[in-house]
Amino acid sequence: MSGYTESIFIFMGINIIMALSLYLPCSAGQISLAQAGFMAIGAYTSSLLTRDYGVPFYPALVLGGLLAAMTGVLVGFPAIRIKGIYLLLLTLAFGEMVRVFFLNFTPAGGASGMGGMELKTNLVNVYAIVGVLILFFSRLRGSRMGRALESMSDDEVAAEATGVNIVRAKLVAFGVGAFMAGLGGGLYAHYALYIDSSKFGFLLAVEFFVFVVFGGIEVFWGAIVGSVLLTIIPEAVRFLKDFRMIFFGMTIVILMIVRPQGLLDKQLVDGIARHARRLYIFRGVS
Amino acid sequence: MFFQQLINGLMLGATYALVAIGYTLIFGILNLLHFAHGEVFMLGAFIGLQLVLWTNCSIAVALVGAMIGAGLLGLMIERVSFRHVDKRYHLAPLISTIGVSIILQEFGVTIFGGDQLSFPETIQVVVYRFGSIQVTSLHLWILGTALALMTVIHLVIHRTKIGIAMRVTAENATTASLMGINTDGVVSITFLISSALAGAAGVLIGLVYHAISPFMGTAMVLKGFTIMLLGGLGNVKGAMVGGILLGMVEVFSVGYLASSYKDGFSFGIMILILIARPTGLFGTRLHEE
Repeated sequence: MSGYTESIFIFMGINIIMALSLYLPCSAGQISLAQAGFMAIGAYTSSLLTRDYGVPFYPALVLGGLLAAMTGVLVGFPAIRIKGIYLLLLTLAFGEMVRVFFLNFTPAGGASGMGGMELKTNLVNVYAIVGVLILFFSRLRGSRMGRALESMSDDEVAAEATGVNIVRAKLVAFGVGAFMAGLGGGLYAHYALYIDSSKFGFLLAVEFFVFVVFGGIEVFWGAIVGSVLLTIIPEAVRFLKDFRMIFFGMTIVILMIVRPQGLLDKQLVDGIARHARRLYIFRGVS
Repeated sequence: MFFQQLINGLMLGATYALVAIGYTLIFGILNLLHFAHGEVFMLGAFIGLQLVLWTNCSIAVALVGAMIGAGLLGLMIERVSFRHVDKRYHLAPLISTIGVSIILQEFGVTIFGGDQLSFPETIQVVVYRFGSIQVTSLHLWILGTALALMTVIHLVIHRTKIGIAMRVTAENATTASLMGINTDGVVSITFLISSALAGAAGVLIGLVYHAISPFMGTAMVLKGFTIMLLGGLGNVKGAMVGGILLGMVEVFSVGYLASSYKDGFSFGIMILILIARPTGLFGTRLHEE
């Protein structure tokens, strides 16, 4: 595999991780534009640990994720009372505050950015994490927590009335989502080998948000399909040169007109699952 | 020093307010965060600049041209990315405006290049001095234009039939259409007015900063959100006052602190308001999404 193809696949994997990290709070009806901020926390923490303190890569990666998770819970607290458009703006403001913090954070280079990390990220560890996350989300769907999150996104008051601990569920969704984003940041930093605060701005958060909605916000496969397609499309249409990002934008607009719920929805995924099962049974009989 | 900053802040803030009024009008009527509005602002600045460069016209003509161009662009955005999107999915129109903003920014880069440009220095600038304060005629012109546009928009909203239709639609679109108001038409007019204001703001900011680039829209999106929140979502007067406040805060924080903290300030304000007073400084009804 050439270096170019490999880099596309690695960035695709990181995008999947980031989109899933956003899907988790979204599945509880909590839209977050703070994922780029959590990613920055993971990226800077793990890089500082491996570069300056000699911590091995994997512990550093997890520590970066944990610090992001702690901040995620902190953001989750005000988010308990805030909904919809206000939550969108709150998380957006938080993400930008993180960016401004790292812009002024001299131990990590401040405005001139941070380099000098070793190349630790490869296809194997990125897709191992993607695999674990897929397993996590498919197990989550039928679990107690998964059902709690699903009922909250349908109707918060009804969920609370039936005994869902909304506060805990929201904090867990934010915290675990932020943990995933922190991992994504650590992986990114140890592949790009240079990070600076401007990369983790509001546009990146919006990008992850577009991945999730494009693929379909109802199911976690949507986040995966969205990030895979939207990573490939700009690369696949390189022959369009200057017009490729215009093509990219048009794809998004047209999809939202044709299929406002995103590519995948519950109906479609259940249909595919049923179909797959039927094939399996059929094969078993013959 | 203090009064000088005050005047600079007022001038900057008044132009911010023009953008924020557009945001808040669109939000009030459609419950939509219009991500491409910053791009309309950017293209407005470019339209004004190109008019001056090509026809050598005066800034006032360029301003009117930019307003017309940006207004038409707004109408187009509404037609393409909003009218046919199913509103039952709340996120779909939001995402489609993000798509439009990607298209418009790339369009700007392709046509005008990624460099920063500025208006040629054709205007006679007279400097007035009041003690230690310096005010140029250009600054007065910018401030005057911004304030005049704000007055006009205020009168349109409160004194004309179109304004009444807009306010009724913002209150309840279904009832408005039952009362015989063409709500689709109101939506188009809202986009037209908001975008024209953004175009005007683009020219004015271009005159203040001498830095017109295809990327100037993104920063404005964030400022627009902050101001809208500061004044209360959907509150036009709030957006005017909020814009001026944010301009002051920015100018003073650059003047007395490091400039790299400038953005941190506006986001700090945003978070504080969301936690302490989500209805904005002047109070507005809450929108449930």
